[in-house]
This record gives sequence, structure tokens and C-alpha cells, in this order.
Amino acid sequence: MNRYNRHIILSEIGQVGQDKISNAKVLVIGAGGLGCPVLQYLTAAGVGTIGIIDFDVVELSNLQRQVLYGKSSLGKNKALAAKERLEDLNDAISIQAYPEPLTYQNAILLFYQYDIIVDGSDNFETRYLVNDACIITKTPLVFSAIYKFEGQVSVFNYKDGPSYRCLFPSPPKKDTVPNCSEIGVIGVLPGIIGSMQANEVLKIILGIGNTLSGKLLCYNALNNQTSTLKIKRNDMVIQTVLNEKVSFKDQKTSFNCVNEDQDVSFENIYLEDHIQYVDVREPHEQPKVNNLNTKLIPLSVLEKNLDQIDTSKKTVLFCQSGMRSKKAVEILKERNINNCFSLIEGATEINNYLKEQHKILSNDK
Amino acid sequence: MLITIKYFGLIAEVTNTEEESLEFSGTTISDLVNALHSKYDSLKNKDFQIAQNQELVDFETKLTGDEIALLPPFAGG
Repeated sequence: MNRYNRHIILSEIGQVGQDKISNAKVLVIGAGGLGCPVLQYLTAAGVGTIGIIDFDVVELSNLQRQVLYGKSSLGKNKALAAKERLEDLNDAISIQAYPEPLTYQNAILLFYQYDIIVDGSDNFETRYLVNDACIITKTPLVFSAIYKFEGQVSVFNYKDGPSYRCLFPSPPKKDTVPNCSEIGVIGVLPGIIGSMQANEVLKIILGIGNTLSGKLLCYNALNNQTSTLKIKRNDMVIQTVLNEKVSFKDQKTSFNCVNEDQDVSFENIYLEDHIQYVDVREPHEQPKVNNLNTKLIPLSVLEKNLDQIDTSKKTVLFCQSGMRSKKAVEILKERNINNCFSLIEGATEINNYLKEQHKILSNDK
Repeated sequence: MLITIKYFGLIAEVTNTEEESLEFSGTTISDLVNALHSKYDSLKNKDFQIAQNQELVDFETKLTGDEIALLPPFAGG
């Protein structure tokens, strides 16, 4: 019995359609909550070439929703672990794993090798990078994103339809929209939304039905409501991206995505005088940074304690990972305190760096 | 006119409801957004797009519809 018999006996697919599926090349960005169901169904359907790009490793908290993985995958790279599982599911197709981050440097060449891109990433920077690289390489993009109990699905850059930037022209302010790891997500939601993505991919390959091009489907798992909203193509927005084509590879981060001049690295500033360091973590958080003159003003009460900031000095804010300090810089800049920066490094790294410097100095003596 | 407003994602957390009806007399989408900004202070810090009668519109569009949706971008995957 043919593996694809249940496809082939459908008049809408048939052997001709199954051959189209076998000849298709699909690249999935991110093998997480959305990527897992997408990969599972596309592999089972017999998509001839499947690419998986993910730099991350499988953690225990992923298993609640990332259904390709089990205990034996813990600590393994997701692209490699997914490939291993999928090859067991279907060894008649070719699966390429890219255990690395998607960047402005590798995206264009990679996208040219595939017919359809599926976005299952979990952050805006990657989402805008994926969208822009799809515009430049003229590759259709099957998009979805989730938030707690809700999902958004669409098809972009397909048959002169709109792109993600026609819906949301530029990324939201940094750290204003939390992702699943910060706020939680019901495990079955990416299963539902990712399956919808796989369905859109197959319709594009087969040329049947109506895709979600020009439409955004919004699904709410709590009340089963779906809304489908029309999106218009914005030629000006798309042209702006195309104008970036030549310099695309030189970009470090998505244009108008991160405000790089707000971020500093400790090694570049630690010798400077007249800096006031502000620890924006809560008082109980460890480790403390002792060998640096720091003020403790937790982010949660920063707005009430602006008078503690000496505006005559350069202010450098830090936290555990560089996320909250970024938020703090935004708050200060909104209040016209402009000579302030966020440290890329967290408290642990600062301590390590100071320890290193201390060692070097003692050796010199 | 009576307008039904739907809130998605974290916008619904700001407004504390997924749907409400408002009597409103402004002329553009922008007028409505300003009114919502006054009603919900922390809405000012949120990014969202607006759909009028199931169609995404820019803020300068004339308010004609009886159903408005506020749609934030989602990051999660």
C-alpha cells in the first residue's frame, strides 16, 4: 500500500498532486511550538525537501508543547533532534538541519534554495528578518504567531499579496510584547495554529482552495472564536524593503528594530569616569555587583525614583540579562533623561569581567 | 453612532474586556483611538492596528463601520 494513498484517492490531490508535494522544498524557521506540528505534518505528507533552522536546544519546559521531542532530546539542538525524529517518520524525503541562528548574512542564500518559507520563530527581530528576506527573494511566507490562548495566521508575499510589514509596518517598541517563555502559552495552541500553517503550505503547493493571502486569521482557543480580517498590500512598504536589498547582508539587526546606540558593552566603558551605575533588579536578586559603585533602583519603582538619577552624569543601567535595563532606558528617555545606556551584560558577567581585570592587574604587579 | 469594539491579545488585558459597545461621534479612526487612549491610559504604550468591519485600515480613515477591532502583533512561536 502506498504511504500517500489517502492523499492520492482524494480527487483534489491525486498522484499529480502528490508528485507536486514530493517536488516541493519548504524551509521551517524555528523548530519550537509552531515548528513541531508544521514539520510533523509536512514530513508525513511527503514534502520532498524540508529545511529546519534553529540554534536553540531542547529544554524540559519545551516538552509541554513541542511534540517532536522526548526526554532523550533534552539538551540536543532542536534542528538536529527534529531531523532525527522526522527521519523515523518518513525516510523517503530529504531533511536538512541547520543548527544555527538565522541571520542577515545567511538568510538570502538559504531562502533561494526553498519554494516556501514557514515562520515559526518566537521574536520580532527574526519575524521581520524572515519577512524582508522573503520579499527580497520573492518567496511565499506562511506566517503564524501566538500569544497565550490566541493565534494569528496568514500567507504573505504570495501572488503579489501583502507582506507582514503591510500589516505591522515596523516592530513594536522593544520588550512591550512578551513571548511564550515570558508569559506562558497553552500547549495545544501552537498545535492548532501550526497545523493551520501546514495546511496553508499544502494548499500553496497543490494550488487548491483559497489561501490566507490578503487575510489574517485570528483564533481564540478560549472561546473558539475566529475572525478573518482583510489586509491590503502596501507597495510603498514593500519597495522600502526592496531598496535594502544591496545592503541587506551588512545589517546586524533588523532596520528600525533595535536602538543600538542605547546598548553598551561593559568592556567598552568600565574605565570611564563619571558613570553612575544603576542596578534595576529587585533587591533580593543575586549576585550583587560589589566592586562597582552602583545604585539600586528596581525597574518596578524607577518612575517614582527619577530624582535619584544624577542627570549630570552618564547613567548606565544593568540587570540580570540586559532586558529590563533596556526597558529602563526607554523609561528614562521618555522623561528626557537622555544620557543613559543599557548594559548588554548581566550582573554575573560584570562580576566575571571585574574578576578577570583584577587578576590581570595583580599579575602585572 | 454605536460602535462595537473587539480587543485582541494583550490589548484585551489593558481594557479588561474582549468586546464592548460605545456610543461615539468622532469622524476618523484616529479620533476613536484618541478616545480609547483617554479611556485606557496604558493603551498609549501598546502597538496595534485597527480593522474596520473586518478590514485593516489606517488611522486617517473615515470612521464608518459599526465593528472595530484592535489588533496587536504577537511574538510567540
